[in-house]
Amino acid sequence: MLSTRNSRRSLAAIAGIGLAGLSLSLHAQDDTIKVGVLHSLSGTMAISETTLKDTMLMLIDQQNANGGLLGKQLEAVVVDPASDWPLFAEKARELIEQEGVVATFGAWTSVSRKSVLPVFEELDSLLFYPVQYEGEESSKNVFYTGAAPNQQAIPAVDYLSDEIGVERWVLAGTDYVYPRTTNKILEAYLKANGVSDEDIMINYTPFGHADWQSIVADIKRFGSEGKKTAVVSTVNGDANVPFYKELGNQGISAEDIPVVAFSVGEEELSGFDTSPLVGHLAAWNYFMSVDAEVNDEFIDSWLEFTGDEDRVTNDPMEAHYIGFNMWVKAVEKAGSTDAAAVQDAIIGVAVPNLSGGYSAMMPNHHITKPVLIGEIQDDGQFEIVWETAGLVAGDAWSDFLDSSKEIISDWRAPLSCGNYNVTTNVCSGQNLE
Amino acid sequence: MSLTFHALQRLIRAASLLTLLAATCSIQTARADVQTGIDELDALFTQFVEGKGTQRTEALDALAALGREDTRELLNGILEGDLMLHKETDTIVWATAQGREYTMLSLDKQTDLGSDRKRRLSRLKVTNQLRGHLRSLIASLGLRSDDPVERLAAIDALMESPEDLPDDTLQDMLANETDSKVSDALLSLQARKLASSAQPEERLQALATLSDDLSNDSRSLVQNMAENDEDENVMTLAAQIARDQAAKVRLYAKAETVFFGLSLGSVLVLAAIGLAISFGVMGVINMAHGELIMLGAYCTWAMQQLMPNNLGLSLLLSIPVAFLFTGMIGILIERSVIRFLYGRPLETLLATFGISLILQQLVRTFISSQNVPVANPAFMSGVLEVNSVLSLTLNRLYILAFCLIVFAMLLVLLKRSRFGLEVRAVSQNRAMARAMGVPSARIDSLTFGLGAGIAGIAGVALSQLTNVGPNLGQAYIVDSFMVVVFGGVGNLWGTLISGMTLGIANKLMEPWAGAILAKILVLVFLIMFIQKRPRGLFPQRGRAVEAH
Repeated sequence: MLSTRNSRRSLAAIAGIGLAGLSLSLHAQDDTIKVGVLHSLSGTMAISETTLKDTMLMLIDQQNANGGLLGKQLEAVVVDPASDWPLFAEKARELIEQEGVVATFGAWTSVSRKSVLPVFEELDSLLFYPVQYEGEESSKNVFYTGAAPNQQAIPAVDYLSDEIGVERWVLAGTDYVYPRTTNKILEAYLKANGVSDEDIMINYTPFGHADWQSIVADIKRFGSEGKKTAVVSTVNGDANVPFYKELGNQGISAEDIPVVAFSVGEEELSGFDTSPLVGHLAAWNYFMSVDAEVNDEFIDSWLEFTGDEDRVTNDPMEAHYIGFNMWVKAVEKAGSTDAAAVQDAIIGVAVPNLSGGYSAMMPNHHITKPVLIGEIQDDGQFEIVWETAGLVAGDAWSDFLDSSKEIISDWRAPLSCGNYNVTTNVCSGQNLE
Repeated sequence: MSLTFHALQRLIRAASLLTLLAATCSIQTARADVQTGIDELDALFTQFVEGKGTQRTEALDALAALGREDTRELLNGILEGDLMLHKETDTIVWATAQGREYTMLSLDKQTDLGSDRKRRLSRLKVTNQLRGHLRSLIASLGLRSDDPVERLAAIDALMESPEDLPDDTLQDMLANETDSKVSDALLSLQARKLASSAQPEERLQALATLSDDLSNDSRSLVQNMAENDEDENVMTLAAQIARDQAAKVRLYAKAETVFFGLSLGSVLVLAAIGLAISFGVMGVINMAHGELIMLGAYCTWAMQQLMPNNLGLSLLLSIPVAFLFTGMIGILIERSVIRFLYGRPLETLLATFGISLILQQLVRTFISSQNVPVANPAFMSGVLEVNSVLSLTLNRLYILAFCLIVFAMLLVLLKRSRFGLEVRAVSQNRAMARAMGVPSARIDSLTFGLGAGIAGIAGVALSQLTNVGPNLGQAYIVDSFMVVVFGGVGNLWGTLISGMTLGIANKLMEPWAGAILAKILVLVFLIMFIQKRPRGLFPQRGRAVEAH
């Protein structure tokens, strides 16, 4: 049913392009403001990204019900990049050039973000990216509303070592860019804090790995040498289920060797049999179980919008909530949807987040967020056991990697640079490979 | 910039910690006290709910020390989350989920407090540390229990701090213990106490007991005595025992790796054995084999949906259900597509690949594109503990056994039954078989159905190990072909041997090569092997082969 709706929408999009071409006016001059939604609605990432598309539609609906923006109604333009990374770039171009959207909310995996980045820079349009990622990037045209490593991975490690007394570390991840970069940062961070080489075990597995027996046995052996051990997991997607099952089967409980995960949230847990996971940890900037009035309201409107009482909310949804409200506020402040004006206006804008505080856009295009650690409960929700005392500002360039510790990002004049080396005083493009 | 921010954040955290400490020191209860309906518990639960860190453990200790009749029940209630806080009235209640609401019972279980929406109640927060503490408190309360299992748990909880148990209590318990497992545990607890004794004789005595105990803390005790003991005799004996123990541990680690290999092998064999029939015996390249496995796994899910309260039975029933269902699908595929394509392997490959896509999409459309949750019945989880360094996971053991049973039954069917005879006759010489009156077309579809049914059974087993989703089959199709080709087409024994070999080879390499490289190495090895022996480990011989 979903796919027929999509195909109808893409048909309409094609027809729209044809009409626009005929009238020779590429940018719509009518009285709506167009907002792009660039999330996969089919393919492997559809599971996670479809929810975010719905979130955007709900936020835009709400804004329109409250009188729209600058006296105009907002119009969502939804396209389906189908979990196909190069197609993300094509669809982004279509959104900006043919649909004339003024801002786009979208992408999930790092590789899809890397794919659309040149398009947004070339056409000077805005992208709000809502997912936790590996950092080491700051673009003039991208606003990173998900967590940078210092807003998720590093506080999680702090929690484990300070509160639980962990001294030995297993860094387990799926074999691709986000886990590899995050683990590189974590390894450097742990070593800087005096953890020796033999107390760190690093392990990578392919996507969808199912046979965890020997890896879990290794972890068990690694953890049985007297020091408190924890697993920091960047294992992604459904490989987590057999992983946690195997931990449970080999008798490793969360009390013996806790696993803290960065990719397991409410949405992922809703497809799991959660009993083997109870007590294991996740680090996020938002949990559905956060006790705040604004969160209750958000959940209520989400359940009403989807018409399904069993739907859950999660961290990337909150990121879109924050990002969208920031964009609205910046547009109101600038009095225009022009990319340059919004880029200027949005820095310093603060909007409520769903945990009862305010998040602000920093000059490096990352935002401030609280960091929460939750323990998985048998109902698929998280019990929050720890949170940072205040907000943590996202750090684009990790201080713990030699290649990036001297680099800062500040998009305010006069610096206006995403990649500025403070020792050599050189601004070298927007990205470091 | 961020460095200074980090420092600032640390400062803020430290400052807030300080104020927090000050606050908790001066006034215990900033919020309203928690009500329990039982006077002596009010303060304790208030401290547990509102306190921080050690205050909460102290509250639990105090609760355990009260020695009430329901102490264990209360501690268990906190641990399991059955005790909840009703936020409006600040009352601790026993809560039972009932649809969207909780029904509430007072703490002494005497008064019915009605029911309320789920959001109005919150669990008593229990962190991992507290959970561990709760478990050991509950266990220690079971030291004098009538149930040997509880006594054993209580003693296990004491293993790490044997000094907590007074000597005379230990002697008393040893004298009165009737259960052999419990008294063994008591003896090893005693050895741990003796290990720190001042008398060298007692330490020697401790070593004698510890030498049989391969658990971590026992080994580190022995190691410690081997290095640091004052007494020469103790030191030499301890050193020798430590060496023996290390050798044993290495041996058991090897045994464990072989077990992992066999279990991976059993999964490969299960996945491949249906293919060994359709590809091996009939020569049909069935690319939809993986999807038949997937459908079998969905049968398990469907059975669990039908009988959610009886997981064990539903799993057993799903074996015949999956066999019949996927078998029927197999026959349907054979009758409607494959029989028109015999002798045209390329077209068969394309057609069955198309079927595999159709089956996947059907599942996506009519069930869900997401994975479906399949629960493990209780008997499938847990371990068979051989000793403290070697424990075999039960689900893998069952699947290994299941694989061997399926294999044996299939072998008997093909070698000892009339149907098997006809299958072999058709596969060896179709024309001659027909001349002898074997209905070859019927045999073809039944054989293909058999292969498909076995794939369905494999799906039931896989549903217990991995995710059940529309993509399940794709993960196993390549492995299945690999096993069949390596084993030798048309030979069931070859499939068994090759599956087990590949499993063990994979697991032997995994520790030093990593999961990804191990898989690549196995594939490379396989390619080289096929170059040398194109017909696999156990090639079919005779004129029938030459005729192909």
